[in-house]
Amino acid sequence: MAIPQRPLPQPDDATRPYWEAARRRELVVQRCGSCETLRFPPQPMCDACRSMTVECVRMSGRGTVFSFVVAHPPVLPAFQERAPFAIVLVELEDDPRLRIIGNLLDAPAEAACIGLPVEVVFEDVTETVTLPQWRPRGR
Amino acid sequence: MKRRAAIAGLGQTAFSKDIGLPERTIALQAIAAALDDAGLTPADVDGLVRFDLESTTEVEIARNLGIPSLRFFAALPYGGGAGCATVALAAMAIATGQASVVVCWRARNRSSGGRPWAGTGAGVPGDKQFTAPYGLVRPVDQIAMLARRHMHEYGTTSAHFGMAAVACRKHAARNPAAMMREPITLADHQASRLVSDPLRKLDCCLETDGALAVVVTSVERARDLRQRPAVVLAAAQASGERHFVMTDYYGRHFLETPTTFVARDLFARAGVAPGDIDVAQIYDAFTPLVLFTLEELGFCAAGESGPLVSTGILEWPDGDLPTNTSGGGLSEAYVHGFNLILEGARQIRGTSTCQVEGAALSLVTSGAGVPTSALILCRD
Repeated sequence: MAIPQRPLPQPDDATRPYWEAARRRELVVQRCGSCETLRFPPQPMCDACRSMTVECVRMSGRGTVFSFVVAHPPVLPAFQERAPFAIVLVELEDDPRLRIIGNLLDAPAEAACIGLPVEVVFEDVTETVTLPQWRPRGR
Repeated sequence: MKRRAAIAGLGQTAFSKDIGLPERTIALQAIAAALDDAGLTPADVDGLVRFDLESTTEVEIARNLGIPSLRFFAALPYGGGAGCATVALAAMAIATGQASVVVCWRARNRSSGGRPWAGTGAGVPGDKQFTAPYGLVRPVDQIAMLARRHMHEYGTTSAHFGMAAVACRKHAARNPAAMMREPITLADHQASRLVSDPLRKLDCCLETDGALAVVVTSVERARDLRQRPAVVLAAAQASGERHFVMTDYYGRHFLETPTTFVARDLFARAGVAPGDIDVAQIYDAFTPLVLFTLEELGFCAAGESGPLVSTGILEWPDGDLPTNTSGGGLSEAYVHGFNLILEGARQIRGTSTCQVEGAALSLVTSGAGVPTSALILCRD
């Protein structure tokens, strides 16, 4: 039986460039076009200077696990087969104020720990949607 | 607003895994019971305040009860965070002359009605597009992410979280209305299965069908009614910087929740300090929220809640801060925390099944980790 579809992002005007970049296998965040503050998740206005001019900048794709959980059943049907699975909150090396949620791939859930060095990988989950994900990397 | 309004009536249905009645029906039952308790009739009611998640509208409530005319109504956002804010808004309406008798309620078939997260759709808009595709949809996962970091930063343990579960169950054992009355030990907590590591089944609140309501009126009017008034000494509502509701992971201060800002205003408005509080009802959808709230309200410093709860502070009758004295969301019922408001009022009336002798200042908090609200109730 086919695995049920996982929830998919429904991009809006502010978030579309993030997901389009993921499709190109690039991790990007917003940079304010005026004061150059980086921000994630994407939003239309810079909360530092109120500019609505924005550009996307590519991140190194390296980070460390800031926090994590291991989800045990009951979980959404789409995740049933992989449970227990790790959900990680990754702090980006480029700017520690930036944190992104993902799953830990290419490693058992038990490998998750705070401080674990990770790097971005891109998981094609449908023909049109690619999710930034994370896997352990050498220090 | 200080000492201007009071909770004058309390009403609730049974709490059940499957109550067999629609939310609208149990809402009406709870409201009718609260009016009876106060000694008022629907003709006295001119205001209604509800959660925005409530499935029954004000006009449906009004036309079923036969309320002749409403002059004040509102619906408040952010899930369990709305609880105390409904009473706060009712008190504001009364203090400013916008209404004279306001009913606040919550009716929720959260048990038989299914888990909201299970209905997560294929396309996820808004803030959740950065979390739901990764399977981060359950409230337990969202809070476990904070709990894990708290453990890392401060050495808090699963057993510390368990102290809240054990205290709530101890209190529920004395409460005939509570759903779970079989006492548990810390060992039972530690043996319960992992749901979202580091959180276990006994770290999670119950799944409940049930409804509760309170009647709020002026202190002057409350004095002439049937019950001893639970006076609203102070109330506060708050959100924090760059807040993301239950996945607030992106701010500068990771473990700072809106409760920090509630505390800033609540105690200042009341003119009391945390140490003056006699009894507390602290929102406990998950055990770590009790510990976080103790820290953010100032009952201890950041990181010290684990050792603090290990002293037995939460337990009636000997703890310094008997907490969730009806069993809370963990053991009495989880109705978005609204049962905590009724128990806070019962402590002022002197009718709790874990009554704190001479309780004069009774604290109630609502949802933690979301934009939220809190009350301090006192005697007239």
